Amino acid sequence: MPALPLDDAGPYVAGAYLVFLALVLAYVAIMAVRQSRIQQEVDEIARLLEQRDGGA
Amino acid sequence: MRPTFGRGLKTLSIASAVILTAAFAMVFFYAPNDADQGFIQKIFYLHVPLAIVALCGFVAGGIYGLKHLRSGDRAHDLRSYVAIHQALILGVGALATGSIWARAAWGHWWVWDEPTLVSFLIVFLLFACYQPLRFSIEDPERQARYAAVFAVVGGAFVPLNFMAVRLAESLTHPRVLSTTGGAMPGSMRITFLLSLVAMAILFITLCKYELSAKSTRIQLRGMRRRLAGEDDGLALGRSAAPQQV
Amino acid sequence: MRSAAAAIIRKDLRLELRTWETLPAMAIFAVVCFVLFHFALDRETVEGDLAAGVLWMTLLFAAVLAINRLFVAEREQGGFDGFLMAPVDRFSLFLAKATVLLVFLVALEAIAVPAFVVLLLGPGPGQALPELLGVLLLADLGIAVVGTLVGALAVQTRARDLIVPLLALPLMIPVVIAAAQATAPLLLEGGAEPLVGRWLIVLALYDVVFGLLAFALFDFLLED
Repeated sequence: MPALPLDDAGPYVAGAYLVFLALVLAYVAIMAVRQSRIQQEVDEIARLLEQRDGGA
Repeated sequence: MRPTFGRGLKTLSIASAVILTAAFAMVFFYAPNDADQGFIQKIFYLHVPLAIVALCGFVAGGIYGLKHLRSGDRAHDLRSYVAIHQALILGVGALATGSIWARAAWGHWWVWDEPTLVSFLIVFLLFACYQPLRFSIEDPERQARYAAVFAVVGGAFVPLNFMAVRLAESLTHPRVLSTTGGAMPGSMRITFLLSLVAMAILFITLCKYELSAKSTRIQLRGMRRRLAGEDDGLALGRSAAPQQV
Repeated sequence: MRSAAAAIIRKDLRLELRTWETLPAMAIFAVVCFVLFHFALDRETVEGDLAAGVLWMTLLFAAVLAINRLFVAEREQGGFDGFLMAPVDRFSLFLAKATVLLVFLVALEAIAVPAFVVLLLGPGPGQALPELLGVLLLADLGIAVVGTLVGALAVQTRARDLIVPLLALPLMIPVVIAAAQATAPLLLEGGAEPLVGRWLIVLALYDVVFGLLAFALFDFLLED
């Protein structure tokens, strides 16, 4: 028999799932934003390098 | 030829989102309530996959470490680092959910009776030293090499530790984690397997995310240096993460 | 390989005999630990489980002291470079250092175990001496192998004294488990119970696995 009555423990379990989902979604969102920003920088620098190397 | 790590990322993300949702739906709508533990037992569909995938992540970190030692390829070192890093994060989740289960089943936030939980804590503590170890070695090549040696030792340690702890606990405390043993009805087993698959795919997706982010940043740094000229004075600060691929 | 290892062993032991850097510190530390345990546990004597626990924790922490010092001379005085230039198998350094650590551990136990018997142990000393010695030896082998590996890993880092306990102690948990479980029945008040063979097997397995790992990995730690 569970030590905590079901109505006490239930919220913990449900909470665990929700926290898990929230963390995963937050991580993915942050990574997506960061990735797009870095990709922008990479493209810009590639363009600058091309200009410089193409001109020189 | 610099390896690209971001291949197939979009497909993987969508796949993991779909399977994870399906698994959770099954947990809450399909799997029956356990006979004696009731609703609380559902934490297992989160806790056990987290723990299993984390342990596999640690072992994978060890395997990539071995590959790095044999080939000297820094890409393997990056993979090893990311695998261990993500496994540690999942490990925190496994310990937290394990604690919730202990609290629900026995009223304590931690129990020593459960050998799998205890041996998981030990492995977690060991791999938690991975990043401080890397940070304390400045030379990047040596850092990669020593980290790889440590990862291999840690990966080999996982089964040994598991066995030793189980031997120790089984003498005085009978095994309690029997709900995931043979007595599981079919519907529970399917739900569990699906959760396991979902967690594994999620782990791979997360690893790929981190791999692609890190390798892109490494590329970016290389390009900035080229832009600024050869001797740019851009000092690479000390870091625990691999700086080169 | 053996002559190279023997040469290094001779050098280290001679160094220790001349300077007495490590061993007295380990011995004093062990005795201090026993005193601390007396106060921390608030007991006159310990027996059984508690005795095994006190003994093994003390030995483990004293071993960490030795591991910290194991490669320091090589590191600070260019011994690594000298060794790498010599045409010897690199694993001989591991063999030498592990043997030295083993010798230190055995010497420590020659002092610490009698001290433990006098200070804290309830049951008589001769109770199960051969079995106890057997367990000590097997566990010492494991500690020596893992300790040397971790010592070599840690000596090149900046936070050597921190890294050694952080890495070595979790890795040695199986040794503690097996050794404590094996020792506990030997130290019971009512007369020693026979030794449980399974723990000796666990210790031997541990020694073999980590010995093989060390053999495979040690060379990578010495590359420059």
